[in-house]
Amino acid sequence: MQRRQFVQTMGAGSAFGAMGLVSGCATMGTGGHGPKVVIVGAGYGGATAAKYIRMWSDQGIQVTLVDPNAAFISCPISNLVLSGVKTMADITTPYDNLVKRHGVRMVHDRVTTIDPEKRVVHLASGSELPYDRLILSPGVDFMWETLPGMAKPGAQDSVLHSWKAGPQTVALRKQLEAMPDGGVYALSIPLAPYRCPPGPYERACQVAHYFSKHKPKSKVLILDANDDVTSKGPLFKKAWAERYKGIIEYRPKHNVVDVDAATKTLKFEFNDDVQAQVLNVIPAMRAGDIAVKTGLATANKRWCEVDWLTFESKAAKNIHVLGDAIQVAPLMPKSGHMANQHGKTCAAAVVALLTGKEVNTLPIYNNTCYSFVSDEDVVHVASVHRYDAEKKTMLTVPGSGGVSVAASELEGRYALAWAHNIWADTLA
Amino acid sequence: VDQRGFRVVDVPKPGENMKSLKCLPAALLLSGLMGAAGAQAQAVDPLQARSWAAACANCHGTNGQAQPGMEALAGANKDDIAKKMLDFKNGRKPATVMHQIAKGYSDDQIHAIAAYFAAQKK
Repeated sequence: MQRRQFVQTMGAGSAFGAMGLVSGCATMGTGGHGPKVVIVGAGYGGATAAKYIRMWSDQGIQVTLVDPNAAFISCPISNLVLSGVKTMADITTPYDNLVKRHGVRMVHDRVTTIDPEKRVVHLASGSELPYDRLILSPGVDFMWETLPGMAKPGAQDSVLHSWKAGPQTVALRKQLEAMPDGGVYALSIPLAPYRCPPGPYERACQVAHYFSKHKPKSKVLILDANDDVTSKGPLFKKAWAERYKGIIEYRPKHNVVDVDAATKTLKFEFNDDVQAQVLNVIPAMRAGDIAVKTGLATANKRWCEVDWLTFESKAAKNIHVLGDAIQVAPLMPKSGHMANQHGKTCAAAVVALLTGKEVNTLPIYNNTCYSFVSDEDVVHVASVHRYDAEKKTMLTVPGSGGVSVAASELEGRYALAWAHNIWADTLA
Repeated sequence: VDQRGFRVVDVPKPGENMKSLKCLPAALLLSGLMGAAGAQAQAVDPLQARSWAAACANCHGTNGQAQPGMEALAGANKDDIAKKMLDFKNGRKPATVMHQIAKGYSDDQIHAIAAYFAAQKK
């Protein structure tokens, strides 16, 4: 980020305006009062934790939120940008309210290393952030090593994942617009667990919806490494059969093992190669780089194990991990909604731990995930998760949860209301 | 004595005076049980109730102050919130998703959450 921008950001949280660079000292955040919490990653998990720690500590705990992105761009609803139903502006929210309303100090920078012994975060700019407790909400990064061809120069610029909403969302939309009618869009899905289980199937619906209106001779080919649709299967299959017959083809048990970006070819473990005009490869994923680098990804070297009451890492004291980066509990999806719930559970625990209060012994929270099967009709899956003291994990409450009976326009309205509410709960 | 180890007593119908029970020790036991249940419902740590309620905020807004298109819960009547939730839970009130969510909470948890939202400013 640029220095001028940084100084403005610092000035915006008036209480902290006199700190940091002005003194010429490389260590930031040594001024102010109260315990210091540093949060890395301002997505659904990190931003929610930042807001709720400030709120629930009556602004008594200093919170510094680090993220290189200038604004929050939502993954949920981003598939609707691919179909042209929504714009990037619709899914973008500034971080202003976290700073102005809640006094969160926003630092637009990248974390290079973490020193758990000294409890210091090092930033790319050369600055340091000391902490009493650190919260990592780094999301996912991709296991590019599983797709050797993607290491070739330019491969990652032409074969997109668009699994982190942002520039790749815009770029994939452009590829779909540029594709001639009669072309094939091939979407590959990695083995579970991955971020947003129903997301790829919703994406297939959105691209098919766009094709049905503008390029009716084109095809959507879903190449799924899993044995079957991993979420809302019957509802998606009904949508494909009834709404997108002749456009969407679903092929399970298609595990991509390499990509030739030059010839736009996918290679599989067991199946014949597939060539398409637009390739959209969602690679296998793991916890974000900084969590792996800090030694927190203890489950299969992919995901971070946490204590479910506090979200404290099982590998490092005073470091908490949230969101898609964690080793999930049984039947718990990697979703923005769930990351927001992690954020609040962790916020309550961190406030309790830093103020000498008792940590809640019975967390209960829910997940609700809406998928658009057209521009207006939506299906959901919902679940309620409760702490099990004996098993020391979160379990779904027997008899709770479920899916839609059928896709409906009413749920379409609820889905958009959900988006506006969770964006406000996370960021406003 | 039933399977849980409680003495089985005649439960008074709504409106029936407790004193009309013939067996006084049973009546005392019953009132004791009810008292215990009542105390349990009230014993929810306010911070725990706050955390439970915060899980509703994704859809119903921080502290129940909802964005347009979703029902606001802040400052609503606590009995109304609890009744709706219990109706969702018991299948008396149709819904797209709330009947599935409500089944994840005990009645006491529902009452604690309802009381939290009722106490928030609109």
